[in-house]
Amino acid sequence: MNMELSRRTFLKTSGAGLAGTTLGAFGFSEAEAAVAAAVKPFHLVNTTEARNTCTYCSVACGIIIYSKGDLKKGEKADIVHIEGDADHPTNRGTLCPKGSALRDIVKSQTRLTQPMLRKAGSDTFEAVSWDVALDKIARAMKDDRDANFVATNADGVTVNRWLTTGFLAASATTNETAFATYKVVRSTGILAFDNQARV
Amino acid sequence: MTNAWTDIKNTDLVVIMGGNAAEAHPCGFKWVTEAKATRGAKLIVVDPRYNRSAAVADFYAPIRQGSDIAFLMGLINHCISHDKVQWDYVKPFTNATFVVREGYAYQDGLFTGYDEEKRDYVKDSWEYEIGPDGYAVVDETLQNPRCVWNLLKQHVAIYTPEMVERICGTPKDAFLKVAEMVGECSTPTKTMTSMYALGWTQHSKGAQNIRGMAMLQLILGNIGVRGGGMNALRGHSNIQGLTDLGLMSNLIPGYLNIPTQKEPDFATYMSTRAFKPLRPNQTSYWQNYRKFFVSFMKSMYGPAATAENDWAYSYLPKLDVASYDVLRVFEMMKQGKVNLYFCQGFNPLQAFPDKGKLAAGLAKLKMLVIMDPLQTETARFWEDHGTFNKVNPADIQTEVIQLPTTCFAEDEGSLVNSGRWLQWHWPGGSPPGEAKTDTWIMAQIHLRLKELYKKEGGAFPDPIVNLNWSYKDPGDPTPEELAKEMNGSVLVDVFDPADPTKKVLEAGKQLSGFGQLRDDGTTAGGCWIYSGCWTEAGNMMARRDNSDPGDAGMFLKWSFSWPANRRVLYNRASCDLDGKPWDPSRKLIEWDGTKWTGYDVPDIAPTAKPRDVGPFIMNPEGTSRLWVRKMMRDGPFPVHYEPFESPVANVIAPKIRGNPVARVFPDDWKTFADIGDPAYPYAGTSYRLTEHFHYWTKNNHVNSVLQPEQFVEISEELAKEKGIALGGWVRVWSKRGELYAKAVVTKRIKPMTVDGKTVHIVGVPIHWGFVGAARKGFTANTLTPFVGDANIETPEFKAFMVNIEPSAGPVVA
Repeated sequence: MNMELSRRTFLKTSGAGLAGTTLGAFGFSEAEAAVAAAVKPFHLVNTTEARNTCTYCSVACGIIIYSKGDLKKGEKADIVHIEGDADHPTNRGTLCPKGSALRDIVKSQTRLTQPMLRKAGSDTFEAVSWDVALDKIARAMKDDRDANFVATNADGVTVNRWLTTGFLAASATTNETAFATYKVVRSTGILAFDNQARV
Repeated sequence: MTNAWTDIKNTDLVVIMGGNAAEAHPCGFKWVTEAKATRGAKLIVVDPRYNRSAAVADFYAPIRQGSDIAFLMGLINHCISHDKVQWDYVKPFTNATFVVREGYAYQDGLFTGYDEEKRDYVKDSWEYEIGPDGYAVVDETLQNPRCVWNLLKQHVAIYTPEMVERICGTPKDAFLKVAEMVGECSTPTKTMTSMYALGWTQHSKGAQNIRGMAMLQLILGNIGVRGGGMNALRGHSNIQGLTDLGLMSNLIPGYLNIPTQKEPDFATYMSTRAFKPLRPNQTSYWQNYRKFFVSFMKSMYGPAATAENDWAYSYLPKLDVASYDVLRVFEMMKQGKVNLYFCQGFNPLQAFPDKGKLAAGLAKLKMLVIMDPLQTETARFWEDHGTFNKVNPADIQTEVIQLPTTCFAEDEGSLVNSGRWLQWHWPGGSPPGEAKTDTWIMAQIHLRLKELYKKEGGAFPDPIVNLNWSYKDPGDPTPEELAKEMNGSVLVDVFDPADPTKKVLEAGKQLSGFGQLRDDGTTAGGCWIYSGCWTEAGNMMARRDNSDPGDAGMFLKWSFSWPANRRVLYNRASCDLDGKPWDPSRKLIEWDGTKWTGYDVPDIAPTAKPRDVGPFIMNPEGTSRLWVRKMMRDGPFPVHYEPFESPVANVIAPKIRGNPVARVFPDDWKTFADIGDPAYPYAGTSYRLTEHFHYWTKNNHVNSVLQPEQFVEISEELAKEKGIALGGWVRVWSKRGELYAKAVVTKRIKPMTVDGKTVHIVGVPIHWGFVGAARKGFTANTLTPFVGDANIETPEFKAFMVNIEPSAGPVVA
């Protein structure tokens, strides 16, 4: 089964392609050709496709993301549509009320777009640069770790743990992100380490 | 899940208890519909509410939240007393025949060895009798009164249909109907599947809820077969992956353990991890633990992990308590013992219990770092939102740094679905504004911290400065690099010991699977169970061939499933002792005379002869366990315990409050309503709606239109009693906090009779908060108690006590 090819071909032929010279080959009459020419090309014809999976529950339905612009060519890509992937064995193209609205979570008004800082006692966030934010974080970690690192316990056993800082990891990130996170967090001696599986 | 979503089509009976798949996992639930339509499968739903799954069920039975163990033990009692047991499975494939040592006993809700002060057991008696040959003693005749089967029979005898009705509120005839339908699946050619989720985990005895059903499934012979299994419907898209990768206090990737301070050196650590078989010939695959551990340490620390320094064992932190789970950490935070806290894609102010306590903890931090694609309540816990979050920002000295991250549509990599499939995905859009991937952020933090330690020195810099970070661009490791690292690779050429000219493994090559991992530092592998995901043949997780030989539902060429691309765990048990499928029409694998072959990757050595080696290869017994020795804190068999807040005392053990070994912090006892407290007379429970995902989709305009406003759900009877109108405002409060919401008065909830007392239920959906596109609402965790499961500390969100009254609605400032 190669649905990918057939779907793509179908979109091309039924959309923009119809207005071109291939019409005769499909046996369209002049009247039908006039109608076809007046119809707006299918809006997904000029998009790129990316295979992905739904970000919500772990049924992990296959989805296809349609974008204007091609990331693979180094272009900016703007997501215009997300739908179920008919090739996917689990969901076979279907999506639930959450999955059907995926584009709107990507485009949510409350997406974060720049690093922000809320100072002690302040009633507002203010924008900061990535460098300022990351340097502040690293400095705070270093100072707290140096001040509170427990190298040995009361019995003199080497325990090398750091208990005054904690880290909650995200269970919607990829395995690859999770592994990088694991390495960084564990290397510091943090034990207050958890993820959504706990709840 | 032991099985896959697509395998559910193979079942004869679906039991949804402790979950609501039609509502929360709709596209997975379609496989239930498929089984009903094509096989004539039946669906049973057992739940406090007549929910969306119940609406399409063949049979629905009500149950009071927090009483599932009584129901499940009742089912086991029914199966044993009516001989609904798949004996040819139970005798060889479970530990029914194993003899338990003298001294073990159970009485009045407690097992031997209970220490009331420590709220813990001395579990020495919870073990097998070991014979002179060094193996566990078994009695194939099941005559020995101390064999597991007879102890089980005795243990469940109290859970009669009458007792189930008394504890659970389930009418006796409804329970018996369920028991009859379940019992039919004890034949070799009928299978039942269990689909459960947070309705079972979010209790102070959540792990034992699940064990209860696992035991039942073993008695029916339904583990390892098509259409069977224990199927945990996991909540988040990669909650399985994060668990596999050990992003928890006490774990190392692949379900290895962080050492405790009682294991000061590697030899001591390994001394309790020999996993010597308990019966002759058994695989006991954890005997390879050392290979997994050493390869992990090589992945973490590269050349700095050597045989001489015990593979950098001292770099790992050593635990002084069982774990620093989130409840413990927020307790520490409240006490001012935590200074710095990171939330990566996590909203703890809503996700953990007792919002008041959580907020008090966050306010004591020096710094809170948020990494998220979206605004969260946690990031804004210091912001005044009137009645929804009443605070004075000037009083809160916590510095908050909020970092914008990409979301699924903008990044690349793999996620593990509930059925253990690692599926690769590709990005479709550019990140908004300055948003960055979490991997980039973690790399930047690591590099900066490493630089500071190199420049300034400081406390034990070794594990930080020696962390293996050999990526092409250290500031931005690629998903491919990280995936290959998890799969594992060969570090040094390895030659055949019998023939030194023969190279067995070549340095620089990807491993083909975990069978190649070694304990001498010649291989590295970040997560042994993922080995095989990115081999020399390429990215196995990105495979997209959806062919399905035999229509078995296995899809072996679609993505990669851990372990070893196996789709049904324990699939050796789908065949009888001689290797013939129990049900030839639902073959998974079979013994062809020389090897195991079939539609799935065999879960046994391919040439292991059928009668020689048992199917449960991870267990030293070679069998599954009806009795779990001392592996669970609250007992080798499940016992019914009431929730910590309950309308009634425990019928079978009136003196016991909650789970007798669950951890409760001293101050939290005062925040629990007393048993049967007239000030909090109604049984509250929390749940989810199909239109929303946790606390995310209130940021989504479409979902916020579909379900715009917070509500609670009550019965017509309770509404009448309290003078509450459909759509009217109510105030709901527990001993910890209150919320205002609209009332949905429904026939879906009915009052129950529990131990002769009428119990009303108040349902509290969880999806609202004070940021997002939906109308502002109260966080549901304002109401819930700060106590978790005795084994794994999952909070008791599903059963708590509240009061309710009609109200004029919240006063919005």
